[in-house]
Amino acid sequence: MYVAVKGGETAIANAHRLLAHERRGDPELPALTAGQIDAQLTLAVDRVMAEGSLYDRELAAVAIRQARGDMIEAIFLVRAYRTTLLRFGATLPVDTARMAVQRRISATHKDLPGGQLLGPTFDYTHRLLDPGAGDAAEAPAEADADGSVVGRAIDALGGEGLIEPDSAAAADAPGDLTREPLSFPADRPLRLQALARGDEGFLLVLAYSTQRGYARTHPFAGEIRMGDVEIEIDMPELGFAVSIGAIRLTECQMVNQFRGAGDVPAQFTRGYGLAFGHSERKAMAMALVDRALRADEFGEDRVAPAQDEEFVLSHADNVQATGFVEHLKLPHYVDFQAELELVRRLRREHAARASAATSEAAE
Amino acid sequence: MTVERADGGGSGERREALGTIARATLDELRHTWSLLDPEPQHEFVRPPEAGMVMVRGRIGGGGAPFNLGEATVTRAVARLKSGAVGYATVLGRDLRRAGFAALLDAAWQTEAHRDLVEADLLGPVRARLAASSELTARRTAATKVAFFTLVRGEDEP
Repeated sequence: MYVAVKGGETAIANAHRLLAHERRGDPELPALTAGQIDAQLTLAVDRVMAEGSLYDRELAAVAIRQARGDMIEAIFLVRAYRTTLLRFGATLPVDTARMAVQRRISATHKDLPGGQLLGPTFDYTHRLLDPGAGDAAEAPAEADADGSVVGRAIDALGGEGLIEPDSAAAADAPGDLTREPLSFPADRPLRLQALARGDEGFLLVLAYSTQRGYARTHPFAGEIRMGDVEIEIDMPELGFAVSIGAIRLTECQMVNQFRGAGDVPAQFTRGYGLAFGHSERKAMAMALVDRALRADEFGEDRVAPAQDEEFVLSHADNVQATGFVEHLKLPHYVDFQAELELVRRLRREHAARASAATSEAAE
Repeated sequence: MTVERADGGGSGERREALGTIARATLDELRHTWSLLDPEPQHEFVRPPEAGMVMVRGRIGGGGAPFNLGEATVTRAVARLKSGAVGYATVLGRDLRRAGFAALLDAAWQTEAHRDLVEADLLGPVRARLAASSELTARRTAATKVAFFTLVRGEDEP
């Protein structure tokens, strides 16, 4: 039986009014602009774009402000906005080897062409709170750059056949989980799409679990690179592809435990991570989980959560997860009333049995 | 006097021009359009419209494609009275920017306007982009690790 419950309208309207007031905070302080959030909370914007699965810095900044800094709420807002937009098509696959790198490091090769470029990193900071971090900063140092494209570190090993090559290009368009619901087994392109929009915390923890022994893959960070990559689309009216701008991406190539069996000589395997923005932790976690999910491909026993694609892919999306967890807040009065009736009846029956047993014993 | 190019300058040049126009700011585009005097008569075959494209990556960087996530884009198609048809698809949701981009692609294809579009828009935008990537590259280069090895052990060199 459904019972219509009314009477919350004024309370809801006033709650939203109160929310808007709380969001604004102390009116004596200047209001945050989306531009300030984009420029100064850049990595928050990057995360909202990655997990909102929509590259638009301004929208992500507006969402963060509206969500009062609640990242999952901001991601939810971006996902909801996304459903109002028409999709015009797909880009050509981005060429990350031609990235204008702002950071590029390899933990496997000390001396590699292009060198180790630290870029704007938290690494090697002492993690001491700095109350002056909002002050004007010194101009960055400059040094001569030779202007050449920084190639992929992975190719240094790949050239000798020591490392698994890139998979062959597929003829068909990759599956798209935003168009057809995910079904299992999922192929690697679908898994990567799910991981790319998956929750950073969830992927981080799964990645960590593989390092601690739950599906150990002996990873090395072959390369991490971050920078701007041109986006090209085919223009059918013109008969050629054109660049429509550039977006910032972070890519991680994990080099993992080597395999070799029978006719195949030993070679390293790989895991891959790619994310919108400067999202290094996300790209690394994604690469580790990608490799763990390839267990079947390498004949590894599936013994750990990170290797279970149904578990990983069904629980990686934080918008779905928060929807289901948070729906518990909504009125369940009728459901609960039914359960309450049941518990009362069971207790009555129990009491009746107990009193019958007592009178039997007394006789 | 420039040579008449019926094909719009060959796809290579047009491709480069479109890529440069796509990186121009609204102010840059609007400024160049305002210099076309009198303002060319025009219509929008397809008025500016915001939407998305699915950005694809490749597994491992060079393997099979996969869907990474979407990006907002705006597109427009404009026709000048001269007959030139301009196309624009640019990142972001700024309808005006896409509109001017389509108009300026059409203007670039028109013999009478090309030199101005080249000189006032494409040249400065190319220079701005080059300066910006040069600065980024120089700042990045300053963070390059210069490894050196400490010689250890008792052996005399």
